[in-house]
Amino acid sequence: MHDHDHEHASELSDLQLRVRALETILTEKGYIDPATLDAVVDAYETKIGPHRGARVVAKAWTDPEFKRALLADATGAITAAKMFDRISDHLIAVANTEQQHNIIVCTLCSCYPWDMLGLPPVWYKSAPYRSRAVSDPRGVLREFGMELPVKTEIRVWDSTAETRFIVIPMRPAGTEGWTEEKLASLVTRNAMIGTGLPLAPGAAR
Amino acid sequence: MNGVHDMGGMHGFGPVREEPNEPVFHDKWEGRVYAMSRVTGVAGLWNIDMMRASQEMLPPPVYLASSYYERWERGLEQLLLKHGLVTAEEIAAGHARAPAKPVNSSIPPSQANKLFTRPSYARPATAPARFKSGERVRARNINPATHTRLPRYVRGHVGTVEALRGCHVFPDAVVAGHGEDPHWLYTVVFDGRDLWGPEGDPTSKISVEAWEPYLEPA
Repeated sequence: MHDHDHEHASELSDLQLRVRALETILTEKGYIDPATLDAVVDAYETKIGPHRGARVVAKAWTDPEFKRALLADATGAITAAKMFDRISDHLIAVANTEQQHNIIVCTLCSCYPWDMLGLPPVWYKSAPYRSRAVSDPRGVLREFGMELPVKTEIRVWDSTAETRFIVIPMRPAGTEGWTEEKLASLVTRNAMIGTGLPLAPGAAR
Repeated sequence: MNGVHDMGGMHGFGPVREEPNEPVFHDKWEGRVYAMSRVTGVAGLWNIDMMRASQEMLPPPVYLASSYYERWERGLEQLLLKHGLVTAEEIAAGHARAPAKPVNSSIPPSQANKLFTRPSYARPATAPARFKSGERVRARNINPATHTRLPRYVRGHVGTVEALRGCHVFPDAVVAGHGEDPHWLYTVVFDGRDLWGPEGDPTSKISVEAWEPYLEPA
């Protein structure tokens, strides 16, 4: 390759070029419509994220009947509550208590409840988390700044099938009488994975 | 297969580092790869298990050195080549050279929302469940060279069936080309000390989702 060409090409990495080439080929062959790719990217960047799971958690905090149904059949309960257009099957909600704290991981790949939390952060898909969440959960939580009471049992859910998990954290004290919307603003992504806790009431938006 | 993707219990990868204010995609190409994978999946030539297998079969140094979406890109290329949707010449040239295969994967942007829910993997039961909730079971000591979803760290260990999740498509069979071959799926929970010995956290319990062929009575 001429030096001149190389200088231009170096503005894009090999990977960027490879992805661009693949999209070109798939488009030319009629397998994909680039506008559909735009719509998918836009949806995950702007519409499908942890705010959806946060709404579910806030509803569980304020509506005991919904919480019961959610823990029995999360997909069924969320569908029946008509909170979203449609969600995927096999969602399982697990509730934190004083006795048990839940954490979600996928040691074999990166399974994650996409339609509740959006796409997973890099750390969730990384080797450090996938390797140690099952063997040293307290050590991992410490890296997130969490120190649980020694008496609290830690339950790690390894997502090895098409079931997907969402953690329902404990409702923070001092939020009595709050609306679902205000409660939802305390529910972080990490609280629904189990590597964090909800924000304190003072942090409400 | 006993690949580097099966990471549970491995040492040496360092601490978990969280990126503050992390974007959904770090670069435009990541979003394109993700979306291409979702859209081409609509053709029905492969399922989620085959997508995972295509990444697991990457050479270990490549798997470990690649970012998440880089693995998706490499896995997608392998699937497209394997199913004859693209050719190696086309990938080298960056343009279509061969006629397209007659598959139906082109969905208009107005129907992109169809991609946002995953299909169901539950299937009608073909036999009664062998195990019941509360029963002690052993994860079989199996080491197939082909795709499996039984992580190494539970093999040979005894746990307790906590829940039955219905009959689900069996990944091992699908990837081996033996069809969906649905089996009962269980949540099986193990004590941290049983899995990890004296180094294990006695206050931890770890569960996996295990298909019936992965289990035997304890």
